[in-house]
Amino acid sequence: MRFRAALRAALAAACGLALAAPVAAQTIKIGSVLTLSGPNATLGENMDKAIKLYMKTHELLPPGVKIDLITRDDGGPNPDKAKQLVQELIVRDKIQFLTGLTWTPNAMSTAALCTEAKVPMFIMNAGTSVITTMSPYIARFSFTLWQSTYPLGEWAGKKYKTAYIAVSDFGPGHDSEAAFEKGFTDGGGTIVGKVRIPLANPDFVPFMQRAKDAKPDVVFAFVPAGKQATAIMKAYGDLGMDKAGIKFIGPGDLVTDEELPNMGDVPLGVLTVHHYSAAATRAANKAFISAWKKEYGPNSTPSFMSVGAWDAMDAIYYVIREQNGKIDPDKTMALLRNYKNPNSPRGPISIDPETRDIVQDEYLREVRKVNGQLANVEIETIATAVKDPWKEFNQKK
Amino acid sequence: MNHRGGYSADTRIRWPEWLPWLVALAAFFLLPEYLSLGARILIYILYALSLDLILGYAGIITLGHSAYFGFGAYVAGVLAAKAGVTDPLVQLVAAAAGGALLGITTGAIILRTRGLTLLMLTLAITSVCLEIANKATALTGGADGLSGVVVAPILGLFKFDLYGKTAYLYCLAMLFVGWALVRRIIYSPFGASLTGLRENSIRMHAIGAPVYWRLVLVYTLSATIAGAAGALLTQTNQFVGLNVLGFEAGGELLVMLILGGVGRVYGAFVGPLVYLLAQDQLAKQFPAYWYFGIGVLLVLVVMFARGGILGIADQALAKLRSKA
Amino acid sequence: MQSFLASIVSVAFHGAAFGMILYVISVGLSITMGLMGFANLAHGVFAMAGGYVLTTAISRFGVPFPLALVCAFAAVALGSVVLERLLYSRLYTAGDLEQVLFTIGLIFIAVAVARFVYGTLQKPVMLPPYLKGQFALLGRDFPAYRVFIIAFSAVMIVALWFGIERTRWGAMVRAAVDNRAMAQSVGIDTRRLFTLTFALGSGLAGLGGALGADIIAIQPTYPFENLVYFLIVVAVGGLGSLRGPFAAALLIGVADTACKYWLPQFGAFFIYLATIGILLWRPAGLFGRRS
Repeated sequence: MRFRAALRAALAAACGLALAAPVAAQTIKIGSVLTLSGPNATLGENMDKAIKLYMKTHELLPPGVKIDLITRDDGGPNPDKAKQLVQELIVRDKIQFLTGLTWTPNAMSTAALCTEAKVPMFIMNAGTSVITTMSPYIARFSFTLWQSTYPLGEWAGKKYKTAYIAVSDFGPGHDSEAAFEKGFTDGGGTIVGKVRIPLANPDFVPFMQRAKDAKPDVVFAFVPAGKQATAIMKAYGDLGMDKAGIKFIGPGDLVTDEELPNMGDVPLGVLTVHHYSAAATRAANKAFISAWKKEYGPNSTPSFMSVGAWDAMDAIYYVIREQNGKIDPDKTMALLRNYKNPNSPRGPISIDPETRDIVQDEYLREVRKVNGQLANVEIETIATAVKDPWKEFNQKK
Repeated sequence: MNHRGGYSADTRIRWPEWLPWLVALAAFFLLPEYLSLGARILIYILYALSLDLILGYAGIITLGHSAYFGFGAYVAGVLAAKAGVTDPLVQLVAAAAGGALLGITTGAIILRTRGLTLLMLTLAITSVCLEIANKATALTGGADGLSGVVVAPILGLFKFDLYGKTAYLYCLAMLFVGWALVRRIIYSPFGASLTGLRENSIRMHAIGAPVYWRLVLVYTLSATIAGAAGALLTQTNQFVGLNVLGFEAGGELLVMLILGGVGRVYGAFVGPLVYLLAQDQLAKQFPAYWYFGIGVLLVLVVMFARGGILGIADQALAKLRSKA
Repeated sequence: MQSFLASIVSVAFHGAAFGMILYVISVGLSITMGLMGFANLAHGVFAMAGGYVLTTAISRFGVPFPLALVCAFAAVALGSVVLERLLYSRLYTAGDLEQVLFTIGLIFIAVAVARFVYGTLQKPVMLPPYLKGQFALLGRDFPAYRVFIIAFSAVMIVALWFGIERTRWGAMVRAAVDNRAMAQSVGIDTRRLFTLTFALGSGLAGLGGALGADIIAIQPTYPFENLVYFLIVVAVGGLGSLRGPFAAALLIGVADTACKYWLPQFGAFFIYLATIGILLWRPAGLFGRRS
């Protein structure tokens, strides 16, 4: 007798649960391939922090939809490792989106996989122009080197007469050299000398000495962000180049927000062009910074890589919402082509429908002391809605 | 060091030697989602075999073996991407030939030295190769890597697919060929002389054996195999990056081989398997502390288990046998 | 012509400064490898440790710079004694391969520990004001800190030379290395001697790492990134010699800087090609002894 009552109660409960259950519990798997170990671990960490922070502070998903983020470490620019990881993410974990991608070779080696498996790739960092042409399923949310360097060159060419170019001797360095040279000469200036600095180089002084000897109005430098930037900045200071009247300019990689504290007072007055500064005063950035510092401590600063990750997550959430959790790769790409975000911490951004590359504003910044600490103060919006200049120039060929 | 292997008069294949191949084939059928990792392990086994030939048998300590692997990888890649040579077997042979060429030229120059001097020279060579690859952007893609590597279906029939099935079996087949070759070399009078070189080169001089030329020969053979392994990596990924060169890559290979056990053919099988599997699993949980684990393991192996994993297995077996 | 002369002076100066940092770090390696026959690839770990001690002492404890340098030397030397007693001494008679692998393992461990304790960013070095700034000479400016480095290293090599060539302790070390059993039998406590020598070599590495922290950045992967430079100095200079690494470091520092200045497109190759060339010409190094 009791048994039947219990059975009835159980059945009733089961029915009740079934009725109350969420409509379609969907889990969207996202693979994130970053560098979390080795000499460049900071880069991946900055991006990972931004991803986790975004997920923590945003609940804007359709009801019943969850995100399962699977993070993998590529250990650095290891395209074979990255390819293996992405292959497994696709085949084993069945990811629907791929993101992360700190390095160009890692993005390039996995492009074909994304095409074959139809997995949209949301690039959070890798900056070489040609990457987005390698698969119709790639959209980039970070930057390209030409985007910041060409406008810098143009602006500098109008303002200064002669320039010396010093770049690190590797792919992105060559890119930025070409971009600056074109911009500077288009703006009316003359390049008086160039030098390519070996990548594995502890001492920048001999190269900066060459630059100093050529007596240019301005030295343009591009080196990998981080400790190399600090080293070249020190060399600039040690040789007394600012006293000699030579201005130091470059893309934002030269004075990244998290590295600035290590540079002492040397960078004061250095002008750079970039798409993001942690010191930007727009409301969206202030909210971003305060959320960041609340989560990661008052001494922690996001960098342009963090913002790349943040905005890519925003786009991911957007396409999930628009498709109500039922992801179709081609529809995702169509949505991304028309993606606009006027309220990113870096300012207004959108995706170029033709190239699927990021379109954003570029700011002229000066390193100044703000509240006793160095910061990249945005003094002018030097170019708005910049599309990747390299692709623009190369289309004409 | 008396735990290292050497010449054996009995060259027949003992039955346990078929085990690795059975395991590899079983993995193909039972673990279809791990074939990408599997192919990587197979390639590194071949690579480690080539290193064992010179390290375990001829006693040449090198941190720069990546020069030959990387050179082979780029030869295959450049042929595919820039010269339109898409047949995988042609690419493979060309890469092996490239490895041989580089091996014999560098070997002839540096093998007159030993010890720290030789070590430094191997380091310098792989560093120079890395820098050349970095600078020759038009050919190698430089730091961005070489993309556009087209690999035609093997023998016109087997296409390289998303699941990595073709790649896995292809690498397995090539590993089999490489293994057979290495085995042949080791269990031969030439191989015996290598052991002699390693153990007592003064004596070898005294009996009139041409020490220098034997070293160059085995070094060249090793470089050939390493070059072939490099091509396999390029073909499997249809991409080459700078990380195949340089002394960090060379050092990593050395660590893999030591873990497995030097101077015994199957150390080269066990080492990369354990290392890459551990890296795959542990690096997912603790990517930052992977280094710590490997460091501790290395120190322990050197202090207590100099024969590597197989050495430990040997000791365990010996104990079991003595009890029986 | 005057500007060409000025260039030469500048190259010589900066090359010497860079070379001297390499020297101070690497001379310890020459001592341990040459006098003790131990292939210690983990030498960079001691240099890195010295750098961390210095930056922590200055930024966290407000220790003045000269004292912080002494701390770097002392702390690393003491730490190395512990390591030596526990681990290194077991491997003195082991083969080259074992020593190479053991020290590589140590590097891995140290890198992971450094990252855990200090994080991945590099440590900034705040130099005291009297070491910042420049001296003007011959129409060129020379950074004060690099002048200090050159002067300090010159003093150091004299002190070292004196200590090893002219004292009884130095004679004991040389005796123990040439023939340990014999030295033991004439009453020299070789075990203690080796520990002391190892401590000296490692302490010097720590000092060098601290001194050079402004130029060669202190961060967890320091031992990997700079290993090649230390090894090149020692191999080219010759093991077991004091003059060797000095000459090699100076040569490499100046020639590397000169090449980067006048032939920058070969800048990266120079140091490796020079190493290959010198080692093929003199396999035991410029001043090495065939032992």
